[in-house]
Amino acid sequence: MGLTAEQANEAFRTRKKWWIKSIRFFGLFGFAFLVFAVLLLAFGKNPVKAYADIFSSTLGSTYGFSEILVKMIPLTLTAAAVAVPSRIWLINVGGEGQLYIGALFATWGALTLNTLPAWILLPLLCVLGVLGGGLWASISGILRARGWVSETISTLLMNYVAILLVNFFVFGPWKDPESANYPQTAEFVSAATLPSFAGTRVHAGFVFPLAVLILLYFVLSRTRWGLEMRAIGGNPEAARRNGISISRYMILLMFIGGGLAGLAGMIEVSAIQGRLRPSLSPGYGFVGFLISWMAGGNPLGIVAAAFLLAIVTAGGDILQMAHGLPGSAVNILNALILFVVLSRQGGKGGVK
Amino acid sequence: MIGSSLQGLLSGSIMAGTPLLYATLGEVMGERAGIVNLGLEGVMLMGAVVGFSTTVKTGDPALGVLAAALAGALFNTIFGFLVIERRANQLASGLALMFCGVGLSALIGAPYIGSQIKGLNEVRIPILSDLPVAGTTLFHYDILVYLVVPIAILVWWALFYTRWGLSLRAVGEKPTAAFAAGKNPYRLQYQALFIAGLLGGIAGAHLSLAVAKTWAEWMTAGRGFVAVALVIFSKWHPLRAIAGALLFGGAIALQLQMQARGVPVSPFLLDMLPYLLSLGVLAVWGGARRHVAPASLGQIFRGTE
Repeated sequence: MGLTAEQANEAFRTRKKWWIKSIRFFGLFGFAFLVFAVLLLAFGKNPVKAYADIFSSTLGSTYGFSEILVKMIPLTLTAAAVAVPSRIWLINVGGEGQLYIGALFATWGALTLNTLPAWILLPLLCVLGVLGGGLWASISGILRARGWVSETISTLLMNYVAILLVNFFVFGPWKDPESANYPQTAEFVSAATLPSFAGTRVHAGFVFPLAVLILLYFVLSRTRWGLEMRAIGGNPEAARRNGISISRYMILLMFIGGGLAGLAGMIEVSAIQGRLRPSLSPGYGFVGFLISWMAGGNPLGIVAAAFLLAIVTAGGDILQMAHGLPGSAVNILNALILFVVLSRQGGKGGVK
Repeated sequence: MIGSSLQGLLSGSIMAGTPLLYATLGEVMGERAGIVNLGLEGVMLMGAVVGFSTTVKTGDPALGVLAAALAGALFNTIFGFLVIERRANQLASGLALMFCGVGLSALIGAPYIGSQIKGLNEVRIPILSDLPVAGTTLFHYDILVYLVVPIAILVWWALFYTRWGLSLRAVGEKPTAAFAAGKNPYRLQYQALFIAGLLGGIAGAHLSLAVAKTWAEWMTAGRGFVAVALVIFSKWHPLRAIAGALLFGGAIALQLQMQARGVPVSPFLLDMLPYLLSLGVLAVWGGARRHVAPASLGQIFRGTE
């Protein structure tokens, strides 16, 4: 079938716009970094040196680069945890709490089933992690599906509950008696530890984000479920009249999203920490939210955004250690990036 | 014994409920104009840190409160620019504002960690403060506590009994109709967000200058989100918010009292109380709230092109 002149014209115009858009998009990223630099200057730090330190210690060495890959694993998963429910416009801001509960469930498995061989135990821990995060998020899904509580508010509030729950176990019943005053559980047996590659901290957990993103792409574009989700996302009323159960999708997608964040929690305790600690995550769940919004839920975009924000997250550690800034100061840069992304996406949807 | 602990609980609820009420009133104002602001947490943090650092520098808590209110209002205007000018998604913009507030307040507050202040003075009311029981329970607070109920009444009056409030609520219900009636929805929304920022900043200042008398990173610990839940509980009504804030302040005070009295329950479980109460209350009230919420809440007015 041929294009009409108008269609061709339209296609050309949108293409041209796409170019201008992407140049402006990167310009705006530059703007976010510039504003943060001005802030650093205002607080008496040298922004040029700060940025140079961040980039040389992340991209400048093999070790630094491998650390970025290590951080990308949980970030990609927590971003997917936001992207999956967002297909039907559910806003999951509970990635952080879901990650903690996933880690909690996995830790229970690692501490009580520690006699099992690795080839049974590790898959079991993954299932436990998914189950923990998934069930936790389903509570918000059910509350939303019943029309009781908006999932945005409930997932936000449940972050605090989840972190307190982990604290309760780590300071209380699961505290390792041998670790004097440190609140942490006993170290996992080696069968409960995800193996890592020689000399680096990059571990076997990296297959999960890859598998998840490929599966996500396939399900969304090639299956009936993906079609039904697009139908709900496009016009919920029409979807409902075509016999699609919206509330079932709400609960299911929240379960899947929470499960992915829970898997990230399992990976963190099993591969990185080797035990459960209160300081499990430097805000991976929140940064995942940011990544998903930057990528617009697109799987490839998630990988790219996760790479950028893994550098920023690692940069936060550097600013803290080498430049004497508080660890959460890097949140400003995160927020500025999200500001420019949101102001570009503005105007999608809304009332006239 | 029981009398004194009840008294302690009541005055604790009033102290903990005051910042919640300021924040809730601000959020009611914004949501009545059709804008959900999840960044309230960040606004409160900015108020808390600016109020505290100004007080340390000048030694005058009144200046601290003033600076906090202004900082909150300016900070909220950033959010206004995003959601009004750039038509960005309100929920995501609010969270971005929260991140920004968390980071910026940590940066500003770092030199002030551990600083000592006298905080807001207790204002004694002649005769009333000397009453035996009621005097110590109801009349030994700082000025911000006494002002919060009159401010709630003021907000109620402004929203429901002035021309400006009518226009503001019209924008929250149906911006096109307000626009057709000759109102400027954008300007009204900016005004609402500015006032919401003032109140959010004062909420933070009360937390750092009167309740805690210190600065700590992320010291609001989710109170901004609890306030958003409180708005729904109050059915977007400033006077109902008073009762709501007292109830939620009560949950915080109860948890502190139980910890102080050494009740054999883990402090981590007790700390969950305010969050669980928010969720529970929303779940119970949730069914009835749909008809009360401003009709265009969270939606973007795109003009009448």
